[in-house]
Amino acid sequence: MRRNGRVLLLAGLFYAPLVSADWQINLIEGATEISRSVYNLHMVIFYICVAIAVVVFGVMFWSIFWHRKSRGAKAAHFHESTWVEIAWTIVPVIILVSMAVPASTTLIQMYDKNNAELDIQITGYQWKWRYQYLNQDIDFFSSLATPQEQIINEQIKGDNYLLEVDKPLVIPAGKKVRFLLTSNDVIHSWWVPALAVKKDAIPGFVNESWTLVDEPGIYRGQCAELCGRDHGFMPIVVEVKSPEDYQLWVAEQANLKVAEQQSAQKEWSQAELMIRGEEVYKASCAACHQFEGQGIPGIFPALAGSPLMSGDSAEHVDAVLHGRSGTAMQAFAEQLNTVDLAAVITYERNAWGNQGGAVTVQQITELLKE
Amino acid sequence: MGSLEQTVHSTDHHGPAKGITRWLYTTNHKDIGTLYLLFSLTMFFVGGCMALTIRAELFQPGLQLIMPEFFNQMTTMHGLIMVFGAVMPAFVGLANWMIPMMVGSPDMALPRMNNWSFWILPFAFVMMLSTLLMEGGAPNFGWTFYAPLSTTYAPPSVTYFIFAVHMMGISSIMGAINVIATILNMRAPGMKLMDMPLFVWTWLITAFLLIAVMPVLAGVVTMMLMDIHFGTSFFDAAGGGDPVLFQHVFWFFGHPEVYIMILPAFGIVSEIIPTFARKRLFGYTSMVYATGSIAILSFIVWAHHMFTVGLPLAGELFFMYTTMLIAVPTGVKVFNWVATMFRGSMTFETPMLFSLAFVVLFTIGGFSGLMLAIAPADFQYHDTYFVVAHFHYVLVPGSIFSIMAAAYYWLPKWTGHMYNEAMGKLHFWLSFIGVNITFFPMHFLGLAGMPRRIPDYALQFADFNMVATFGAFLFGFSQLIFVYNVISCARSGKKATARVWEGSHGLEWTLPSPPPYHSFTEPPVFTNPHRENS
Repeated sequence: MRRNGRVLLLAGLFYAPLVSADWQINLIEGATEISRSVYNLHMVIFYICVAIAVVVFGVMFWSIFWHRKSRGAKAAHFHESTWVEIAWTIVPVIILVSMAVPASTTLIQMYDKNNAELDIQITGYQWKWRYQYLNQDIDFFSSLATPQEQIINEQIKGDNYLLEVDKPLVIPAGKKVRFLLTSNDVIHSWWVPALAVKKDAIPGFVNESWTLVDEPGIYRGQCAELCGRDHGFMPIVVEVKSPEDYQLWVAEQANLKVAEQQSAQKEWSQAELMIRGEEVYKASCAACHQFEGQGIPGIFPALAGSPLMSGDSAEHVDAVLHGRSGTAMQAFAEQLNTVDLAAVITYERNAWGNQGGAVTVQQITELLKE
Repeated sequence: MGSLEQTVHSTDHHGPAKGITRWLYTTNHKDIGTLYLLFSLTMFFVGGCMALTIRAELFQPGLQLIMPEFFNQMTTMHGLIMVFGAVMPAFVGLANWMIPMMVGSPDMALPRMNNWSFWILPFAFVMMLSTLLMEGGAPNFGWTFYAPLSTTYAPPSVTYFIFAVHMMGISSIMGAINVIATILNMRAPGMKLMDMPLFVWTWLITAFLLIAVMPVLAGVVTMMLMDIHFGTSFFDAAGGGDPVLFQHVFWFFGHPEVYIMILPAFGIVSEIIPTFARKRLFGYTSMVYATGSIAILSFIVWAHHMFTVGLPLAGELFFMYTTMLIAVPTGVKVFNWVATMFRGSMTFETPMLFSLAFVVLFTIGGFSGLMLAIAPADFQYHDTYFVVAHFHYVLVPGSIFSIMAAAYYWLPKWTGHMYNEAMGKLHFWLSFIGVNITFFPMHFLGLAGMPRRIPDYALQFADFNMVATFGAFLFGFSQLIFVYNVISCARSGKKATARVWEGSHGLEWTLPSPPPYHSFTEPPVFTNPHRENS
């Protein structure tokens, strides 16, 4: 097993760069009218810079080549020419104005947030995104789906390594969608290159942005603002569906909700809760408290051997449900359903040598009703 | 009157003290300059090791060497150490060495304060580095330390970081006061402001920038301290504050800070290019005015670092236009250097090679800066490796190459020996190649969508990251050649003449190499050869 792991590791080291070689060197045009005009703007500025560089460096290298002492060049004595100096001040100003005009036009277009057909609130959490469809009963979290084993080089990395999530944001094609961005903890930044949308999610404030994607497809992005330990591990996936498929997806969400409520009615044994709890723990808790519950000294407390895990369950449940204010501990009552809450608390209380006993789904349901 | 004469007399026999006290108690501008430069070199290697740790982890996708929490500490400490420990002290060291010799004075105006401003620094940095050993680790919120990641969510060591920043700020402000006092009061008779060498001019303007913005930095870290320990809510929306306020205050310091790290570099290059082109600087006056304009503009562009925080449209447009405007005086500078070279009689000693590379590579950094100024395009570039490429192009082959150029240019003056030219050229070419292999691919990575400050990345970014890591190690290890060259030059080498370079110009070259312990005990009579009415 260990040997296998090593072989895989070695294979992974050399395999990954070779197959994925695509040496992309430029922006993508993207999937929206805005992203295409940003791309055009980018190319225009780039070519202007190249042209200026050719002229300036041309003169410079001409001088370096021809006006060197080793070729017998004698230094001229000219200096200060008002006309030349006025020219090389005015010409750049004209070039800048010609760049500012299309840039301003695109910017004004980007700031036109009117007439959106769908509003979605996006909330950044350390380290996942929450999508709430306003005026609809759709509300879910979206977090990294890449398994830990791939990150620590024990498995071969998949094609969408670090750019895959458990539940993508789903939006309809051909409709203007408005995003309302905020954050639950630190500043995050929601960025999908193909949509040319990058907007900071700031705790306590709401930012607006929008997109209108023409074609169905899957578009990937990442958090762009340093937000703590797992900043590199909170990707964004946007699935754009045709309006018909989008309606089907909306209906499906309602069915899932019903199924979830039914599963909370069922009797869950401690063994079942432990299995489910481990999955939930890996997805929602391990980033801070670590996979073996050991925490990170001085930053994130250890759960293995913690008195909180073996003492009275009420305090433990309260911490998980409502978080700890002033710390990075989030309130999970809004993030996880009742079964997952019971499962993960049970798991924490009985894994890694902890002996705290089970917490039932009913107990959690009662507490959440209060 | 009698006592004054006595002082003057006693200084005649007064050379450097013996042993360690020479360095601890020194009030001599050259000794303090040397201390600053050695300190800066040390910090350059400490910060460089952190950079290589970062690049080693990014050599391949996946987590191999370090964990994300340590990676974040490395990016943060690398940035802070390079900005406050390597680049800024190097320029202060050069100012200490050169300004008194260039304006024809015996020493800096405030020698005891000079001693104090240096000796604060080692303590500040020992304290900052000690956070690496603390529980919870060193600061991990990036060198820009955005709240609330740096307040509510920070490791306990943040308080030590705040205190260290305060100490660095005090040191910088005192250094700046000293520079201004020296330049305004101690110039040789006959030297008007418009006769001063450009290095002196750019430092005068830089010193005013420092005095203007270091208190703002002190203010912002104090607000953090209050939020963390004394229950205020400057940056906490839950208490009525605003996290974006932090960014406004920080960048009101931060953008002029960027020019603090580049204006002296402009001055150095404006000294070196005329020397080796054997032709006077094309437009002295326009260079002075361009420097002044850049300094003034630096106060009204700060929010271009914040295009994605949700500024109103009018704000975005204002900051986009003012930022683009900076290209004009910067262009004037580049055109001036090129016009100085045109129809000169050029030779290519190591300082000139570093200066030429500065002009080309700094201009590339300027171009990417112009692209970043375009707000709608910045939504794609912001916080990606394109930004990392941009500011490393202006800081490494910009500021740091200018410091290397200055070191080679003035080393013969400082030590009295010529450095090894072949080794200098080898150092240059390896650094030049290394820098470009490291930072040029980062433009591509950013455009392809790689965010900055991530310890692991998607597979499509693998190739260029591998290339960049090779370049970083090449660049890093090449710097050992510089250390060897400096040490051997200090110890021995061909005797340097007073003028050192065929095309050298200015008062510092009228002193012997090495110069006497007290530079100009008699004020020299200065006449500007270029001024018509003199």
